[in-house]
Amino acid sequence: MPKLEIDGRQIEVRDGATVMDAANALGIAIPHFCYHKKLSIAANCRMCLVQVEKAPKPMPACATPVVEGMKVFTESEYARTAQKSVMEFLLINHPLDCPICDQGGECQLQDLAVGYGKSASRYREEKRVVFHKNIGPLVSMEEMSRCIHCTRCVRFGQEIAGVMELGMMGRGEHAEIVSFVGRSVDSELSGNMIDLCPVGALTSKPFRYGARTWELARRKSVSPHDSLGSNLIVQVMANKVMRVLPLENEELNECWLSDRDRFSYQGLNAADRLTQPMLKIDGKWREANWQEALAAVAKGLKNVRTQHGPETLGALAAPHSTLEELYLLGKLMRGIGSQNIDFRLRQMDFSADAKRTGAPWLGMKVADISRLDRVLVVGSFLRMDHPLVASRMRQAAKRGQQVNLIHATDDDLLMTVVNKAIVPPQALPDMLAQVVKAVAELKQKPVPAPLAGIGVGDAAKNIAASLNTGANTGVFLGNLAGQHPQAAQLQLLAQELAGLLGAGVGFFGEAANSVGGYLAQAVPGAGGLNAAAMLAAPRKAYVLLNTEPELDCNDPRAAIKAMHATEFVISLSAYKGYALEYANVMLPIAPFTETSGTFINAEGRMQSFNGVVRPLGDARPAWKVLRVLGNLLGIKGFDYDSSEQVRDEIARPDEVAAKLDNRLSGIALQIPPAAVAGLQRVADVPIYFSDAIVRRSAALQQTSAAALPRAWMHAALLDKLGLKAGQAVKVRQGDGEAVVNAARDDRLPLGCVRLAAGHPATRDLGPMAGDISVEPQ
Amino acid sequence: MLSAESLKRIDREIAKFPAEQKQSAVIAALAIAQDEKGWLATETMDFVAQYLGMAPIAVYEVASFYNMYDLAPVGRHKLTVCTNLPCALSGGVDAAEHLKQCLGVGFNETTADGRVTLKQGECMGACGDAPVLLVNNKRMCGSMSNDKLDKLLAELK
Repeated sequence: MPKLEIDGRQIEVRDGATVMDAANALGIAIPHFCYHKKLSIAANCRMCLVQVEKAPKPMPACATPVVEGMKVFTESEYARTAQKSVMEFLLINHPLDCPICDQGGECQLQDLAVGYGKSASRYREEKRVVFHKNIGPLVSMEEMSRCIHCTRCVRFGQEIAGVMELGMMGRGEHAEIVSFVGRSVDSELSGNMIDLCPVGALTSKPFRYGARTWELARRKSVSPHDSLGSNLIVQVMANKVMRVLPLENEELNECWLSDRDRFSYQGLNAADRLTQPMLKIDGKWREANWQEALAAVAKGLKNVRTQHGPETLGALAAPHSTLEELYLLGKLMRGIGSQNIDFRLRQMDFSADAKRTGAPWLGMKVADISRLDRVLVVGSFLRMDHPLVASRMRQAAKRGQQVNLIHATDDDLLMTVVNKAIVPPQALPDMLAQVVKAVAELKQKPVPAPLAGIGVGDAAKNIAASLNTGANTGVFLGNLAGQHPQAAQLQLLAQELAGLLGAGVGFFGEAANSVGGYLAQAVPGAGGLNAAAMLAAPRKAYVLLNTEPELDCNDPRAAIKAMHATEFVISLSAYKGYALEYANVMLPIAPFTETSGTFINAEGRMQSFNGVVRPLGDARPAWKVLRVLGNLLGIKGFDYDSSEQVRDEIARPDEVAAKLDNRLSGIALQIPPAAVAGLQRVADVPIYFSDAIVRRSAALQQTSAAALPRAWMHAALLDKLGLKAGQAVKVRQGDGEAVVNAARDDRLPLGCVRLAAGHPATRDLGPMAGDISVEPQ
Repeated sequence: MLSAESLKRIDREIAKFPAEQKQSAVIAALAIAQDEKGWLATETMDFVAQYLGMAPIAVYEVASFYNMYDLAPVGRHKLTVCTNLPCALSGGVDAAEHLKQCLGVGFNETTADGRVTLKQGECMGACGDAPVLLVNNKRMCGSMSNDKLDKLLAELK
């Protein structure tokens, strides 16, 4: 623990700390560009030069390790001269076009030039010009002459995103940042490069020239997309969301945001935004006022209840809804006598209902994932479903965390995966059971009876061997596992495994309120129907909250049929969408930026937020709409003054932990056979189709991740079916069919077809798992 | 993509480094690839990247950093004349001018018959023999008077 003195102040730092670390600990600011606390040290901007006693030249603070007794001066004449000289060099080729630069006002170069730059340049020669590049719809590289070659963007790609998509070409004066010969930057975390760029070289394409930073009001919020609950700063001008930046939270999103969290705001004011209540009368839509619309809803629900009975009412809510919305919808349904409410729209297996001890959750804190030394991920499109959890595991994997994977597809996770077992979806339980058995044998513990007849393969043995050597292990079930037809069996097996290993076990969780929905009791009560059952046996009336059933449900075809077959559909949504085709009343509700609310993330962290802008048009926060509806229907207990009051009725933040519990009781292990006859569907929900807001973000929809779904198959399967990659094929599930292009992915297991769900192109198909057939069109 | 012979040579280079640091062989691998192909096309660099388990852009960084790698097709022979200060003071610029006249091309250009490409080089560490030039990356010639240059050109077919 060396001691040193900076600017006359003493401090003791850990071994290996740099002068920059020590200065930061003392609160001494040293000017810098290339240094970033989350990135490796490059020491190539030279801005952080300081004077070190007895050193023959100025030293870069970011790359100089502290030595016992060191004396550092950051503001001495000597240091200042060095820093000012570096600034003069940095500005030689910089265009100094701040007035037309999108970074103006939030530019580190601009800020530091005020302190360290001269008032005029001594450089009279021609400045160099760097040609602009196109690297995709999110990050703009229009003005690369501004680049000062700090290489933060390059290091971010290599180190955090796990894929090096930008690099520095050439050398010296000819050096420039490029992507490999015209390729786009496709990382799901690419937007962070915009934040990292200390100058205006990388800017946000959707935000460019939208506003100046000083015109924007900054408001805190929480991301409504994945289950991480990333903290946001939403920047607002004239009652419009202009952009979204990360709010640093070391325990969740660190200082990053996924592109989904960052750019989804574009969908908030999409063209089909619903801004006025609408009624369909004699097959024609007309705008209505709230009073009329709510009266129509109350009347419609009452009619169905008296004519067909309350059990014919059903409610479907998106798991991206706030806690308050989910709770009030449940309370409303129960108030009118129906137990049919569910938010788990993409789930297939409900056999664990009523067998749960508490709400299923991550089983540990998000930050704990970084400290695990062995991990088993079961059934997860990790990078696309949970981009920042993947990044967290990527960093941990570099420090020695062994990541094992059991999954149906073999997409590159951009991290070292020590063992993987890629099996067809129906074989996931069998594969996990093999691992359980292998671990039990290694630990010399009794093998659970139902697993006695299972043969253990090498893949399972390798995974077991890795897990068995860990001191701190986590077993995680991803979205594919949660949506699996045998989800409960997978969970039982995971728990069995965790029990043997003394490991933590949990679900990554699909959406912002995948945990919150359970706490809000947005699940069927005694005798109630779950999401799948409500569609299988169509109800007479549906209340839809924040959802587009034809894209959000596991079986979109069943959902569309049910919506068209029913008498009365009320859509509470921020968007018109397909509800125009089947709804009877559309109530415009506020998306997360326009309402107060709460999300409970995967780790059970309750995060409440306020609206950041006023609702658009006549839209209203859904909790208020549901409150008025409750009163109109004469249900007791709907007199809330604020969303906080609703939240406190559900649980106080400190009461959440006690309600989380992954345990199941009363379900027997029953491993389904690994081999089945026909082709099986593997369905992912593409990252930019996960919910209604993202689906409407114009920039995200132009990315390569939002490309049209294709039917991916192994080459051998393509041959067997007589198909060629690129050819249009007809895909069938039951009586549903869709035409898509075939594509080849030899990493897929044989006997399955990967075809994305949640996309309009596949909304005529059946469930996300099960039999599927492919034939030439 | 590359011949078995080249791959064998690359494998020999890879063997000089620890298995998990295959990418240390990138400079040698690119040189070998260029020997075979004459220049480094994007596909060639892609192949090297894949062969060494590197990001393609990381290979491109290296290839674009060093002078001796050609990222565009060159003639059958490549003359790289040093024009850095010590050479320039001892007739390096004149030597380059002479070559330009004889060949009828400027820097970074190739004669119409595809025989010679002329390049401007950086210091080759032999300032005592200035002016210095490099033939095909491998053969260094010093004290290049106009006579010697003419002789050299005559022997390059």
